[in-house]
Amino acid sequence: MTQPTANCPNCGAPITFRWSASVQTVCEYCKSILVRTDVDLKKVGQVADLPPNPSPIQIGTEGVYGHRAFVTIGRIVYEYDQGGWNEWHLMMNDGTSGWLSDAQDEYAVTFAAPGRKLPGECKIGQDYSWDNCTYTVSTITKAHYRGVEGELPFQYWDKSDVVFVDLMTSTGRFATIDYSDDEPVLYLGESVDFDNLKFKNLRSFEGWS
Amino acid sequence: MSETGPAPSGKPQVRSSNCPSCGAALSLRSFGQAVTVVCQSCHSILDAQDPTLKILQTFQVAVGEDPPLIPLGTRGTIRGTTYEVVGFQRRTIRVEGIPYSWHEYVLFNPYKGFRYLTEYNGHWNDTSILRSIPAVSPGKSSLTYLGETYKQFQSANASTSFVLGEFPWQVRVGETADVCDYISPPRVISSEQTGKEVTWSMGEYIAGRDIWKAFKLSGDAPTPIGVYENQPSPMSEAVSATWRMVFVFAVALIVLMSVFYTFSRDEAAFEDGYTFDTNTTGEASFVTDIFELKGHTSDVVLTTTAELNNSWLYVNYALINQDTGHAYDFGREVSYYHGYDSDGFWSEGSTKDSVTVPSLPPGHYYLRIEPESDPHHGSIPYSVSLRRDVPQLSFFALGALGLLIPAIVLTWRSISFEHMRWAESDYGGAPDDGSLLSTVENAVDSVKDSMSGDDE
Repeated sequence: MTQPTANCPNCGAPITFRWSASVQTVCEYCKSILVRTDVDLKKVGQVADLPPNPSPIQIGTEGVYGHRAFVTIGRIVYEYDQGGWNEWHLMMNDGTSGWLSDAQDEYAVTFAAPGRKLPGECKIGQDYSWDNCTYTVSTITKAHYRGVEGELPFQYWDKSDVVFVDLMTSTGRFATIDYSDDEPVLYLGESVDFDNLKFKNLRSFEGWS
Repeated sequence: MSETGPAPSGKPQVRSSNCPSCGAALSLRSFGQAVTVVCQSCHSILDAQDPTLKILQTFQVAVGEDPPLIPLGTRGTIRGTTYEVVGFQRRTIRVEGIPYSWHEYVLFNPYKGFRYLTEYNGHWNDTSILRSIPAVSPGKSSLTYLGETYKQFQSANASTSFVLGEFPWQVRVGETADVCDYISPPRVISSEQTGKEVTWSMGEYIAGRDIWKAFKLSGDAPTPIGVYENQPSPMSEAVSATWRMVFVFAVALIVLMSVFYTFSRDEAAFEDGYTFDTNTTGEASFVTDIFELKGHTSDVVLTTTAELNNSWLYVNYALINQDTGHAYDFGREVSYYHGYDSDGFWSEGSTKDSVTVPSLPPGHYYLRIEPESDPHHGSIPYSVSLRRDVPQLSFFALGALGLLIPAIVLTWRSISFEHMRWAESDYGGAPDDGSLLSTVENAVDSVKDSMSGDDE
């Protein structure tokens, strides 16, 4: 593994990893997408200009989910015909990673839930049960990968169109199946109120205090 | 290595632009969260995510058509959070060919996101998107959300008929959605379906004057017309509170009554039997022996029992206190008639009559009795008895009535309110679910049916 601090192979800027398990990061200066190898950092791509971030969340935003504090260390940006959304990569204070999805300021916190049986294809209204909870498919989104920022727990850069299936319950639980890789990945979690996440280090908006 | 370091992500600002269609100034207040924005001057619907604000649709409006009651850009505080009005739309449904329109205001806060205010005929709702799927009953007559049951009120196909400002979705004039409202006043849960996707939202009734206060609007909120689907009944709280009070007082009355019963002596003070010979003429009056009313001042019940057979007996009484000379004069009539006619046996009156003298002090008393009847009717045997300290039911009955009347009036007004509410629903009346309102409505309907049946 590389040390927590290295230099960008492209521009030489210092690269610091906040999370030891991060696999990929983006150079803040030259926007090179860097992947950790056994010996060093390898540039695998370049982030095109991201659209302006409309979210109050930014890299470095802190919060609390349940009893676990977290820091936002990365994000994936998607676009679809009804707008864009961010999947913020959270480093939880117990060393695990989570996700804060933020679509037009509607927030949900999820965690990767491997090992569950997943459908190959979904229809709206279909029910699936994981961990003794019934989820109903509410939306199927054909999205466009727009870019990445910061640290991610996996390599994620060579994407174009991706499909997400969102599922809801009668109790505020939330699930997403990410079909962007060959193997679909399930994320389980819940919808959360902005106030309940006790955010710190948010962005400020002109005209809003 | 860069000299300047990473560019700080700038403070998002309200984006000022110009409409590509008419050139009018255009503000985008939602910091890029909106998907579509409608020019306030030429009503072009523009792609808010596109840097050049590509024109997506244009639509025709009349000059000065439908100005929002809360102007775009106005800020107000809802449940402790400041929101800015960024969008406005009118949606229209048709019921039996008649269009009904309501207005929706899109509110935005850069941290909390979007929220909505809806307005119909002066009735307002504070609405948010639900993050759960309510459990709809089979047949869709009701749904359950957070343990509460909502009854289906109305379903319709709503079309967007007027838009202004920013929307977090692809808004188009003429676009339709199937909407269905389920109510549990003061809340309403609505489903909105376009294609296969269903969006659930919850509204809570809010008084127009509260909106006027929250957004510091000038003038007064328009007076609401009629009863709205999820308008809380001004009586419903009062009704249950009143009935709870009636219950408490009724219990108190029963306790009081039991106490009275327990402590009432209900003792015989005097009893004697006489015969009135109607054949003799002359003075029939006489006085009884002296008897004593013991204890405290109490009521006295005097009972006259006569063996009557198609005749009457009128008795003039004087109850005289020997100690003070005070007399209580009163007359009582006993009459009993009976016979047979085409309908069989009939009878009228009774052979017994009781009267209560409310409060008599203790002492020595005697009665002066003067019977009257039709002459030449033979002998009428009768008896006179006097009981003191008899518990009085009528007093308690009066008390109970005094309790019940306001409660019943209030309940009736509440039922009328619910009737007005449900008259606007798909059902045209309350759903038949065993509730008080539906029971009353069914009863009224069956009376109407039977009356119209008589006409035929």
